[in-house]
Amino acid sequence: MRRYVARRAAALVATLVFVSALVFVVVRVLPGDPAAIIMGTEGSPEATARLREAMGLNRPLPVQYVEWLAGALRGDLGRSIQYDLPVGSLIVTRLPVTLPLALLAAVFMVAAAVPLGIYAATHHRRAGDYAAMILSQVGISVPQFWSGLLLILFFSVQLGWVRAGGFDGWSSGPGPALRALLLPAVALGLFQAAVLVRATRSAVLDVLREDYVRTARAKGLSEGRVVGLHTFRNALIPVVTVAGIQLGQLMAGAIVLESVFALPGLGRLALGAIGARDLPVVQGVALFVASSIVFINFAVDLAYGWLDPRIRYE
Amino acid sequence: MARRRPLRHVTFTVGLAITAALLVVAGLSLVYTPDDPLAMSMTARLEGPTGGHPFGTDQFGRDILSRVMTGAVTSIAVGVIAVSIGAGIGVLLGLLSGYGGGWPDETLMRLVDAVQGFPAILSALLFTAVFSPGMVVSMAAIGIAFVPAFARLARGAVLELREREFVVAARALGGGDGRLLVRHILPNALPPLIVQATTSFPVAILAEAALAYLGLGTQPPYPSWGLMLKEAQNFLSLNPWFAVFPGGAIALTVLGLNLLGDGLRDLLDPKTA
Repeated sequence: MRRYVARRAAALVATLVFVSALVFVVVRVLPGDPAAIIMGTEGSPEATARLREAMGLNRPLPVQYVEWLAGALRGDLGRSIQYDLPVGSLIVTRLPVTLPLALLAAVFMVAAAVPLGIYAATHHRRAGDYAAMILSQVGISVPQFWSGLLLILFFSVQLGWVRAGGFDGWSSGPGPALRALLLPAVALGLFQAAVLVRATRSAVLDVLREDYVRTARAKGLSEGRVVGLHTFRNALIPVVTVAGIQLGQLMAGAIVLESVFALPGLGRLALGAIGARDLPVVQGVALFVASSIVFINFAVDLAYGWLDPRIRYE
Repeated sequence: MARRRPLRHVTFTVGLAITAALLVVAGLSLVYTPDDPLAMSMTARLEGPTGGHPFGTDQFGRDILSRVMTGAVTSIAVGVIAVSIGAGIGVLLGLLSGYGGGWPDETLMRLVDAVQGFPAILSALLFTAVFSPGMVVSMAAIGIAFVPAFARLARGAVLELREREFVVAARALGGGDGRLLVRHILPNALPPLIVQATTSFPVAILAEAALAYLGLGTQPPYPSWGLMLKEAQNFLSLNPWFAVFPGGAIALTVLGLNLLGDGLRDLLDPKTA
């Protein structure tokens, strides 16, 4: 296992270097002159030149990249032009919205999808299976932001049970904060749950066809023990993989749902920064989110090796 | 195994019917819409469905049915181009990586891992920060997000195929690397790539709608389903239908394409069915 972890860790470092290089290339190299973008049409040539100097844009690109990367490793992602605050601290202030939203959506996703997937597989080609598959097919087809809008329309506009959006922070206790995050988390998790139902169903179906499951049944074990003890752990491998990939998708999806429900998270920070041409903030958020997704994929790989020893020895 | 008749496959047939209807609507909207999708009418703003406007009107009195019809063209165009970008770059990277092996393979695969960290929304955020938002940014961002899946599939196929007898024989007959890749390996790697392209298409349509909704994609006054939903959100209590029809159009289109993709996978690759 140690060699497997070491190999994956080396790949992780290489991938993170590429992630940072991609962000750097898009923000600093592709536009030609980032200072001109930040200043816009109203900036005088002198002011643009001063900004270029202040941002260190006059130095060779490789030097800029290494300095930026070294700063990022220390948590220094530069200074926001719009807020005149460190980008790192801006990101940290937005995390208490985005992370709980993604986690709540993940909990909803797993809680809804895994039991439904197992149910569909154990009732293969019966009414329950077809109903679950139709439900998941519809779930996959509905865009997250539309389900968000429909939830607002129903629970907020029609019934008046919850606010249509906004977030007052965690200071007034977890109750109101979780209430504000509930609808967006459901809208976010619904789509991913629909994907996970299918993955769980097909993974469980595969395992149920194995000889050792037939043996377990032949021994006279109850169906609950056959599924719970003999099937589920082996079916878990593809389920964990899909769920892990979806965690990354939830981070990206949170950006959209934050807009639907007016939540002050990372996505709104980045969107606001685009409007204000605040390149360091966009760059910082992109690096943070992309690196988080790569880390999640790494964790999934490790879980994969732990769950299935064959993978470690490949 | 006998070849299955496609039209007997319920999923495939339903998916094909919905997709065909979408194409007909999109094609029709190029020559005919019930109203001009850009014509405003201040006396008919935010109306619910009526005989004159079966889907109602938006905040400028524009006919939502005509705009939903025209929006289909945007969705299809962005979807087709984004999938082509993803498939083109991904397949090329995957073929080179799998065929070359060694450190170039390792490096390219790490690059693909890195690209996987950038879902379409994130790439679009980055691109929009330096270029102006629009359909081109949408297409590029969504296309790039598809690269890893195509690259992995193509690489896997090359690794599996390059030691097969017909490839070894072609090499022994003096076939060059390019010829082996294009004439012998690629055609045999096509079925899973076609399935991937079909399943990517609805994802692209969802992503285009999301980007337009965020203001990072298609810009007004062009009708895009995502953009219509963004506008509808401000008038949810005044005219809920405004949010229902464009969203329904997205969901129905994606449903049709998903069913078509699932059906195609069953038909082309019975192993995974």
